[in-house]
Amino acid sequence: MVQYLPSQLDASFAALSDATRRGVLEQLGRADASITDLAEKFHMTLTGMKKHVGVLEQAGLVTTKKIGRVRTCQLGPRRLEDETAWLERYRRHWDERFDELEKVVEELKRKEKRNERKNRK
Amino acid sequence: MNAKIESKPGAVKNRTTVERTSDREVTVTRTINGPARIVFEAFTRAELLKRWWVPKSLGMKLLSCDVDARVGGKYRLEFDVGGPEPVAFFGTYVEVKPYSRLAWTNEEGGEGGPVTTVTFEEQAGKTLVVLRERHPSKEALDAAGTGAADAMLETFDQLDELLVELGESSGR
Repeated sequence: MVQYLPSQLDASFAALSDATRRGVLEQLGRADASITDLAEKFHMTLTGMKKHVGVLEQAGLVTTKKIGRVRTCQLGPRRLEDETAWLERYRRHWDERFDELEKVVEELKRKEKRNERKNRK
Repeated sequence: MNAKIESKPGAVKNRTTVERTSDREVTVTRTINGPARIVFEAFTRAELLKRWWVPKSLGMKLLSCDVDARVGGKYRLEFDVGGPEPVAFFGTYVEVKPYSRLAWTNEEGGEGGPVTTVTFEEQAGKTLVVLRERHPSKEALDAAGTGAADAMLETFDQLDELLVELGESSGR
């Protein structure tokens, strides 16, 4: 029922499973940045940041281009909307269920209290 | 910008979070205002389960709900979804630890369906419910969405969007 290619979705989720990579996406959402900038911001080695950016690039979430000696990163053609829509739908479904569950639990609690009071009398 | 989605915090409403915890697993968490004993009952007694398990927005009418919450026991929920035949969801309980843990298989899709595990943790009169849906493969999870419910929710999303559009075009 999900319309896009599973492997793509998968790469995105893998890319998003890491806090640093999510931070990088947030950062790039504000402005393009070089790998050096990003490494500094996230207190990482250049090699470490290159790896993270590579994962994001493979998932299509980030693109990079080399201008002179600087590699600049920007948000890629694929956006997070697909992934978040998928999760949001799922969440809403459960949220609605659990709201109803709360009502049932509330009623059972009230019933128990009533019974306790009756038993004490 | 996050793979974790949370509902907006409200004054009284507890939040439901959904997170894709691995390529094969989705985890849903929610705190329920009540002791684990009662929440567990609401999960395992048919007359209670049928009152909350089917989201109203799905527009699916529950025809029957049978639950035998013992290890090896079966459950079966049948729905009228507007088609000629009712749609059934069914499976087997594989773990039943009163008030703390529950697990069942989902067999409507044939063998090797997802396994749902629920844990109940009580603290100060409230219960943290953690529900994990583990699929046999990442492909299965991607394809599953929220099962049959997914398509219905999508329809409602579209209706929502339509209503917003209509509202806007009428100059609201």
